[in-house]
Amino acid sequence: MRNFMAFIAGSTFGTGLLISGMTDTTKVQGWLDIFGAWDPTLAFVMSGAIIPMAIAWRLAAGRTPLLGGLFPPRPEPRLGRNLIIGSTLFGVGWGLAGLCPGPSIASLGFSGFGGITFVVSMLLGMWLAPFIRAQVDQLSSDSA
Amino acid sequence: MQQEWILGLIGGGIIGLGGAIYLLSNGRIMGASGIIGGVVDGSAGNQRNERLAFIVGLFLVPTIIALWVGGFDTHVTDNLVVLLAAGLLVGIGTRFANGCTSGHGVCGISRLSLRGIVATVFYIGAGGLSVVLFRHLLGVI
Repeated sequence: MRNFMAFIAGSTFGTGLLISGMTDTTKVQGWLDIFGAWDPTLAFVMSGAIIPMAIAWRLAAGRTPLLGGLFPPRPEPRLGRNLIIGSTLFGVGWGLAGLCPGPSIASLGFSGFGGITFVVSMLLGMWLAPFIRAQVDQLSSDSA
Repeated sequence: MQQEWILGLIGGGIIGLGGAIYLLSNGRIMGASGIIGGVVDGSAGNQRNERLAFIVGLFLVPTIIALWVGGFDTHVTDNLVVLLAAGLLVGIGTRFANGCTSGHGVCGISRLSLRGIVATVFYIGAGGLSVVLFRHLLGVI
Protein backbone atom coordinates (compact mmCIF):
# COMPACT_ATOMS: atom_id res chain seq x y z
CA MET A 1 0.00 0.00 0.00
CA ARG A 2 2.86 2.37 0.79
CA ASN A 3 4.36 1.68 -2.63
CA PHE A 4 1.00 2.15 -4.33
CA MET A 5 0.39 5.51 -2.66
CA ALA A 6 3.94 6.60 -3.48
CA PHE A 7 3.24 5.68 -7.10
CA ILE A 8 0.02 7.74 -7.02
CA ALA A 9 1.85 10.71 -5.48
CA GLY A 10 4.63 10.49 -8.09
CA SER A 11 2.08 10.23 -10.89
CA THR A 12 0.18 13.27 -9.59
CA PHE A 13 3.41 15.25 -9.24
CA GLY A 14 4.45 14.35 -12.80
CA THR A 15 1.04 15.26 -14.23
CA GLY A 16 1.16 18.62 -12.48
CA LEU A 17 4.66 19.34 -13.79
CA LEU A 18 3.49 18.56 -17.31
CA ILE A 19 0.29 20.65 -17.17
CA SER A 20 2.04 23.61 -15.53
CA GLY A 21 4.65 23.70 -18.31
CA MET A 22 7.57 23.06 -15.98
CA THR A 23 8.96 20.37 -18.29
CA ASP A 24 9.58 23.14 -20.84
CA THR A 25 13.06 24.50 -20.13
CA THR A 26 12.33 27.81 -21.88
CA LYS A 27 9.65 28.56 -19.26
CA VAL A 28 12.06 27.93 -16.40
CA GLN A 29 14.89 29.91 -17.99
CA GLY A 30 12.34 32.58 -18.91
CA TRP A 31 11.46 32.97 -15.22
CA LEU A 32 15.13 33.26 -14.26
CA ASP A 33 15.91 35.66 -17.10
CA ILE A 34 14.98 38.98 -15.54
CA PHE A 35 16.92 40.88 -18.22
CA GLY A 36 15.28 39.04 -21.13
CA ALA A 37 11.68 38.19 -22.00
CA TRP A 38 10.66 37.52 -18.39
CA ASP A 39 8.10 34.72 -17.99
CA PRO A 40 6.22 34.78 -14.65
CA THR A 41 4.62 31.31 -15.08
CA LEU A 42 6.84 29.70 -12.42
CA ALA A 43 5.50 32.05 -9.75
CA PHE A 44 1.95 30.88 -10.54
CA VAL A 45 3.07 27.24 -10.38
CA MET A 46 4.78 27.77 -7.02
CA SER A 47 1.76 29.58 -5.56
CA GLY A 48 -0.58 26.92 -6.89
CA ALA A 49 1.53 24.16 -5.33
CA ILE A 50 2.04 25.83 -1.96
CA ILE A 51 -1.70 26.21 -1.26
CA PRO A 52 -2.66 22.47 -1.11
CA MET A 53 0.64 21.72 0.60
CA ALA A 54 0.01 24.31 3.31
CA ILE A 55 -3.43 22.75 3.89
CA ALA A 56 -1.77 19.32 4.12
CA TRP A 57 0.65 20.54 6.81
CA ARG A 58 -2.34 21.91 8.75
CA LEU A 59 -4.17 18.58 8.49
CA ALA A 60 -1.02 16.78 9.60
CA ALA A 61 -0.67 18.77 12.82
CA GLY A 62 -1.41 16.59 15.85
CA ARG A 63 -2.16 13.51 13.72
CA THR A 64 -0.23 10.57 12.28
CA PRO A 65 0.10 9.50 8.61
CA LEU A 66 -2.73 7.32 7.24
CA LEU A 67 -0.34 4.44 6.54
CA GLY A 68 1.36 4.60 9.93
CA GLY A 69 4.61 6.05 11.21
CA LEU A 70 5.15 9.66 12.14
CA PHE A 71 5.19 12.92 10.22
CA PRO A 72 8.64 14.37 9.56
CA PRO A 73 9.67 16.63 12.44
CA ARG A 74 10.39 20.30 11.78
CA PRO A 75 14.05 20.68 10.88
CA GLU A 76 16.25 22.74 13.18
CA PRO A 77 16.15 26.30 11.83
CA ARG A 78 19.91 26.13 11.28
CA LEU A 79 21.14 27.31 7.90
CA GLY A 80 24.70 26.08 7.62
CA ARG A 81 27.31 26.16 4.92
CA ASN A 82 26.06 23.15 2.95
CA LEU A 83 22.58 24.62 2.50
CA ILE A 84 23.97 27.86 1.07
CA ILE A 85 26.71 26.34 -1.11
CA GLY A 86 24.45 23.54 -2.30
CA SER A 87 21.55 25.83 -3.21
CA THR A 88 23.91 28.15 -5.09
CA LEU A 89 25.46 25.29 -7.11
CA PHE A 90 22.00 23.90 -7.80
CA GLY A 91 20.78 27.32 -8.96
CA VAL A 92 23.66 27.72 -11.41
CA GLY A 93 22.93 24.30 -12.95
CA TRP A 94 19.18 24.98 -12.97
CA GLY A 95 19.74 28.21 -14.91
CA LEU A 96 22.17 26.56 -17.34
CA ALA A 97 19.85 23.78 -18.47
CA GLY A 98 16.42 24.89 -17.23
CA LEU A 99 15.99 21.52 -15.56
CA CYS A 100 15.67 20.48 -11.92
CA PRO A 101 15.34 16.93 -10.53
CA GLY A 102 11.52 16.49 -10.71
CA PRO A 103 10.93 17.78 -14.25
CA SER A 104 14.07 16.05 -15.57
CA ILE A 105 12.57 12.65 -14.63
CA ALA A 106 9.03 13.63 -15.66
CA SER A 107 10.23 14.61 -19.15
CA LEU A 108 12.75 11.78 -19.58
CA GLY A 109 10.42 9.92 -21.96
CA PHE A 110 10.27 12.81 -24.46
CA SER A 111 13.28 15.07 -23.81
CA GLY A 112 15.54 13.09 -26.17
CA PHE A 113 19.27 12.50 -25.91
CA GLY A 114 19.81 15.89 -24.22
CA GLY A 115 17.39 15.04 -21.42
CA ILE A 116 18.98 11.64 -20.90
CA THR A 117 22.46 13.23 -20.80
CA PHE A 118 21.31 15.65 -18.10
CA VAL A 119 19.72 12.92 -15.98
CA VAL A 120 22.76 10.61 -16.19
CA SER A 121 25.02 13.50 -15.18
CA MET A 122 22.65 14.49 -12.35
CA LEU A 123 22.57 10.92 -11.01
CA LEU A 124 26.38 10.86 -11.12
CA GLY A 125 26.47 14.13 -9.17
CA MET A 126 24.05 12.74 -6.58
CA TRP A 127 26.20 9.64 -6.24
CA LEU A 128 29.39 11.72 -5.88
CA ALA A 129 27.92 14.21 -3.39
CA PRO A 130 28.53 12.16 -0.19
CA PHE A 131 32.21 11.67 -1.12
CA ILE A 132 32.70 15.37 -1.88
CA ARG A 133 30.92 16.25 1.33
CA ALA A 134 33.26 14.01 3.33
CA GLN A 135 36.28 15.68 1.68
CA VAL A 136 34.97 19.17 2.39
CA ASP A 137 34.21 18.27 6.00
CA GLN A 138 37.71 16.89 6.44
CA LEU A 139 39.35 19.94 4.89
CA SER A 140 37.40 22.31 7.11
CA SER A 141 38.16 20.28 10.23
CA ASP A 142 41.89 20.25 9.31
CA SER A 143 41.97 24.00 8.96
CA ALA A 144 39.97 24.54 12.16
CA MET B 1 0.24 34.17 -22.14
CA GLN B 2 -2.67 34.46 -19.74
CA GLN B 3 -3.69 30.89 -20.50
CA GLU B 4 -0.17 29.72 -19.60
CA TRP B 5 -0.46 31.38 -16.20
CA ILE B 6 -3.80 29.67 -15.57
CA LEU B 7 -2.36 26.32 -16.60
CA GLY B 8 0.59 27.11 -14.32
CA LEU B 9 -1.74 27.69 -11.40
CA ILE B 10 -3.77 24.53 -12.10
CA GLY B 11 -0.66 22.40 -12.73
CA GLY B 12 0.90 23.86 -9.60
CA GLY B 13 -2.19 22.85 -7.62
CA ILE B 14 -1.81 19.28 -8.92
CA ILE B 15 1.88 19.31 -7.92
CA GLY B 16 0.83 20.40 -4.42
CA LEU B 17 -1.84 17.68 -4.37
CA GLY B 18 0.87 15.08 -5.09
CA GLY B 19 2.88 16.46 -2.19
CA ALA B 20 -0.19 16.41 0.05
CA ILE B 21 -0.91 12.76 -0.82
CA TYR B 22 2.69 11.73 -0.12
CA LEU B 23 2.70 13.57 3.19
CA LEU B 24 -0.71 12.55 4.53
CA SER B 25 -0.62 8.89 3.47
CA ASN B 26 3.07 7.95 3.66
CA GLY B 27 4.26 10.64 6.07
CA ARG B 28 7.04 11.70 3.73
CA ILE B 29 8.19 15.01 2.28
CA MET B 30 7.86 15.09 -1.50
CA GLY B 31 11.33 16.28 -2.45
CA ALA B 32 12.48 14.96 -5.82
CA SER B 33 16.21 15.29 -5.15
CA GLY B 34 15.95 13.52 -1.79
CA ILE B 35 13.78 10.71 -3.16
CA ILE B 36 16.08 10.12 -6.15
CA GLY B 37 19.36 10.85 -4.34
CA GLY B 38 18.59 8.43 -1.51
CA VAL B 39 18.11 5.63 -4.04
CA VAL B 40 21.31 6.56 -5.89
CA ASP B 41 23.64 6.75 -2.87
CA GLY B 42 21.95 3.95 -0.92
CA SER B 43 20.87 6.14 2.01
CA ALA B 44 17.18 5.37 1.40
CA GLY B 45 17.50 2.07 3.31
CA ASN B 46 14.14 0.36 3.74
CA GLN B 47 12.38 3.28 1.98
CA ARG B 48 13.97 2.20 -1.30
CA ASN B 49 10.93 0.49 -2.86
CA GLU B 50 8.57 3.27 -1.82
CA ARG B 51 10.84 5.80 -3.47
CA LEU B 52 11.26 3.71 -6.60
CA ALA B 53 7.46 3.50 -6.87
CA PHE B 54 7.30 7.30 -6.65
CA ILE B 55 9.96 7.68 -9.37
CA VAL B 56 8.20 5.16 -11.64
CA GLY B 57 4.95 7.15 -11.36
CA LEU B 58 6.78 10.44 -11.93
CA PHE B 59 8.36 9.08 -15.11
CA LEU B 60 5.63 6.81 -16.47
CA VAL B 61 2.51 8.95 -16.33
CA PRO B 62 3.91 12.03 -18.14
CA THR B 63 5.47 9.69 -20.71
CA ILE B 64 2.11 8.01 -21.36
CA ILE B 65 0.34 11.38 -21.61
CA ALA B 66 3.03 12.61 -24.03
CA LEU B 67 2.65 9.50 -26.21
CA TRP B 68 -1.10 9.96 -26.15
CA VAL B 69 -1.17 13.63 -27.17
CA GLY B 70 1.85 13.37 -29.47
CA GLY B 71 4.69 14.75 -27.36
CA PHE B 72 5.62 17.93 -25.53
CA ASP B 73 8.35 20.34 -26.41
CA THR B 74 11.02 20.52 -23.72
CA HIS B 75 13.45 22.77 -25.65
CA VAL B 76 16.37 21.03 -23.95
CA THR B 77 19.64 22.39 -25.33
CA ASP B 78 21.72 20.11 -27.56
CA ASN B 79 24.95 21.46 -26.08
CA LEU B 80 26.27 18.36 -24.31
CA VAL B 81 28.92 20.22 -22.31
CA VAL B 82 26.23 22.50 -20.86
CA LEU B 83 24.01 19.50 -20.07
CA LEU B 84 26.81 17.54 -18.38
CA ALA B 85 27.91 20.55 -16.31
CA ALA B 86 24.33 21.45 -15.38
CA GLY B 87 23.51 17.86 -14.41
CA LEU B 88 26.54 17.59 -12.12
CA LEU B 89 25.79 20.96 -10.50
CA VAL B 90 22.13 20.06 -9.93
CA GLY B 91 23.02 16.59 -8.60
CA ILE B 92 25.77 17.72 -6.22
CA GLY B 93 24.07 20.98 -5.23
CA THR B 94 20.69 19.49 -4.31
CA ARG B 95 22.34 16.78 -2.21
CA PHE B 96 24.51 19.33 -0.39
CA ALA B 97 21.48 21.54 0.23
CA ASN B 98 19.32 18.52 1.10
CA GLY B 99 16.56 19.63 -1.24
CA CYS B 100 15.51 21.24 -4.49
CA THR B 101 12.51 23.10 -5.93
CA SER B 102 9.97 20.54 -4.67
CA GLY B 103 11.43 19.79 -1.23
CA HIS B 104 12.72 23.21 -0.16
CA GLY B 105 10.43 25.21 -2.44
CA VAL B 106 6.98 23.62 -2.34
CA CYS B 107 7.14 21.55 0.86
CA GLY B 108 9.47 23.85 2.83
CA ILE B 109 7.89 27.22 2.10
CA SER B 110 4.39 25.83 2.72
CA ARG B 111 5.33 25.01 6.34
CA LEU B 112 7.26 28.30 6.62
CA SER B 113 10.56 26.49 7.08
CA LEU B 114 13.47 28.94 7.37
CA ARG B 115 15.79 26.49 5.59
CA GLY B 116 13.34 26.09 2.72
CA ILE B 117 12.87 29.83 2.29
CA VAL B 118 16.61 30.61 2.43
CA ALA B 119 17.46 27.75 0.03
CA THR B 120 14.83 29.02 -2.42
CA VAL B 121 16.20 32.57 -2.27
CA PHE B 122 19.70 31.25 -3.02
CA TYR B 123 18.85 28.88 -5.87
CA ILE B 124 16.58 31.39 -7.60
CA GLY B 125 19.23 34.11 -7.14
CA ALA B 126 21.99 31.85 -8.44
CA GLY B 127 19.75 30.70 -11.29
CA GLY B 128 19.09 34.30 -12.30
CA LEU B 129 22.81 35.13 -12.23
CA SER B 130 23.55 31.94 -14.17
CA VAL B 131 21.17 32.93 -16.97
CA VAL B 132 22.58 36.48 -17.07
CA LEU B 133 26.16 35.16 -17.19
CA PHE B 134 25.79 32.26 -19.61
CA ARG B 135 23.11 33.75 -21.85
CA HIS B 136 23.70 37.49 -21.95
CA LEU B 137 27.42 37.80 -21.18
CA LEU B 138 28.95 34.58 -22.53
CA GLY B 139 26.23 33.60 -25.00
CA VAL B 140 26.59 29.82 -24.45
CA ILE B 141 22.91 29.09 -23.75
